[in-house]
Amino acid sequence: MIGLQILIDGFAISALYGLAAVGFTLMFGVSGVLNLAHGGIMVVAALIAWLAAGDLGLGVYAGTLVGILAGLAAAYATYLVVVRPIQRSRAIPREETEIFVLTGTLLWGIMIQVGMAYLFTDNPVSTRALIGGVINIAGVRTPRNEILIAVLCWVVIGLLWLLVNRTRAGKTLLAASMNPRALTLLGFDLSRIYLLVWTIYGVLAGVAGVLLASFLGVSTANAGQLTASAFSIVVLGGLGSVSGSLVAAYLVGYLETITAYLIAPTLRPIPALLLLVLVIYLRPQGLLGRR
Amino acid sequence: MNRFLRSRLFWISLLVVAVAAVLPLWLSGYILGVLTAAYYFGVFAMSWDLLFGFAGEVNFGPTFLIGLGAYAAAILDNQWGLPIPVCVLAGAVAALVGGLLLAVPALRLRGPYFGLVTLVAVLLLQNAIVIFAGVTGGEIGMTVPDVLSIDPGVNYWYALAFLVVCAILLFGLSRSAIGLILQASGQDAIEAQALGFNVTKHKLAAFCVSAVFSGVAGAMLIFYMGTASVDTVVDIGIGVQVIIAAVFGGRRTILGAVLGAVFLIVASELLRPLGQLNTFVVAAVALAVILFFPDGVLGYALRRGERE
Repeated sequence: MIGLQILIDGFAISALYGLAAVGFTLMFGVSGVLNLAHGGIMVVAALIAWLAAGDLGLGVYAGTLVGILAGLAAAYATYLVVVRPIQRSRAIPREETEIFVLTGTLLWGIMIQVGMAYLFTDNPVSTRALIGGVINIAGVRTPRNEILIAVLCWVVIGLLWLLVNRTRAGKTLLAASMNPRALTLLGFDLSRIYLLVWTIYGVLAGVAGVLLASFLGVSTANAGQLTASAFSIVVLGGLGSVSGSLVAAYLVGYLETITAYLIAPTLRPIPALLLLVLVIYLRPQGLLGRR
Repeated sequence: MNRFLRSRLFWISLLVVAVAAVLPLWLSGYILGVLTAAYYFGVFAMSWDLLFGFAGEVNFGPTFLIGLGAYAAAILDNQWGLPIPVCVLAGAVAALVGGLLLAVPALRLRGPYFGLVTLVAVLLLQNAIVIFAGVTGGEIGMTVPDVLSIDPGVNYWYALAFLVVCAILLFGLSRSAIGLILQASGQDAIEAQALGFNVTKHKLAAFCVSAVFSGVAGAMLIFYMGTASVDTVVDIGIGVQVIIAAVFGGRRTILGAVLGAVFLIVASELLRPLGQLNTFVVAAVALAVILFFPDGVLGYALRRGERE
């Protein structure tokens, strides 16, 4: 009984983790950027969705859409205000761009978090369920909303797969992750590719944030935790590997759920952290990463 | 030219220290308290700069080392009532062990991977403290029976003296041959190795030095405050502040880190009337510095000095 419960809850949580991490890893694969404002962007999407759906009276569906757009806007702002100026700066040596992007996005993430906390307070908010009702799966009462969220996550991940592997724009993204210089020699404009990847990233982070608000609820205080969990999932799976991130998301999601149900909720994050340290020591490129 | 600049920097620093030393004669206890905390922060930031600016290791968890030193000292004092110097020494040893633990992955991993290990180290330490609440006081923290002094002026002088000693040692180290080799191995490890330097040995040394200074400073800080808690010495937010201070002041300058730490602490104290928004403003200023003066305040000043 509790086994099935773990199976179901873990599946939904992991799908959400996976969705949140996929954009993060795609961004790293294509443009080499590790965006530490990731959690902040998810929180923006969640809070705006909550505001639009509740106080502005747009209803759940329109509110969700507004939230996703807000996530996209936050991603664009991150790129235009922080990441692009650092990438183009002449004063920053090339080999140090990475650490500057990390520090810059970290500061930006803090600004987003504190700014949102000022506007919305740090009370957790959750949007109304997308669909109501509970169904009974072999004796485990499961909210329909939870199932819908897991399905939506996988639909979005599937769409992403189609976009990357089956469209021309997606193929340029893949090419950019393999050899950006050759791509520019073929006459492609790298800055447009970066803009595209930030667009995809913004939508993914926005959807993840909005769904999180509907499933578990979100508070501005979560921003750092969200970034950390996406970062660890991505590293566990292998930086830049989308399928690796999904595998890692399920590993972490189930480990956390099993710990919370069977051992103690307070120890929830620990086994996943230990696993992460172990993998980093033994296999630094991650589970499915390439060297 | 460089020598002249160095000496000018030296005279300015001497003047600043002299002014700082007589401040307790005029300032109130409250302001001295703020500055005392800022000085310990300065040591945190300097030892971070040695690891990042010179050895090129991105340590996202300076509070792992700080927290180990602080908690080792606090537990010894709280449980067994050992005298302060012994506790501080124990803090240094604990941090040193932590530094060696961090150095092992650092010598195998690059950039973001190592950064993540350090981040995870902080999270694990934080969780361990909460789980073993019986010894560590858990989330509430624990009080330390012994304090350095109850007089704000004396505390201030302790902190200032400690800061000056650390600054001289770390700055001297960074300008010595070892500092240059570290810088070379941080920027291009393969080439440094090809030139015949033992990169592993030097990086290991950098970790040890950085760890010991962080640990001692962490231990001193708790004996100043009289309590040790996760929020004050282990939380990732504190680590982020250390990093911001060092980058703001200027990487690879050591002394800039002190400037950054004092600015950061004093600014957030001055901006306190803004309430929640003070962190926002401080982060925005630091971001602007990173975007427009990537060399940091002191780095920028030194560079201008060179051009003249």
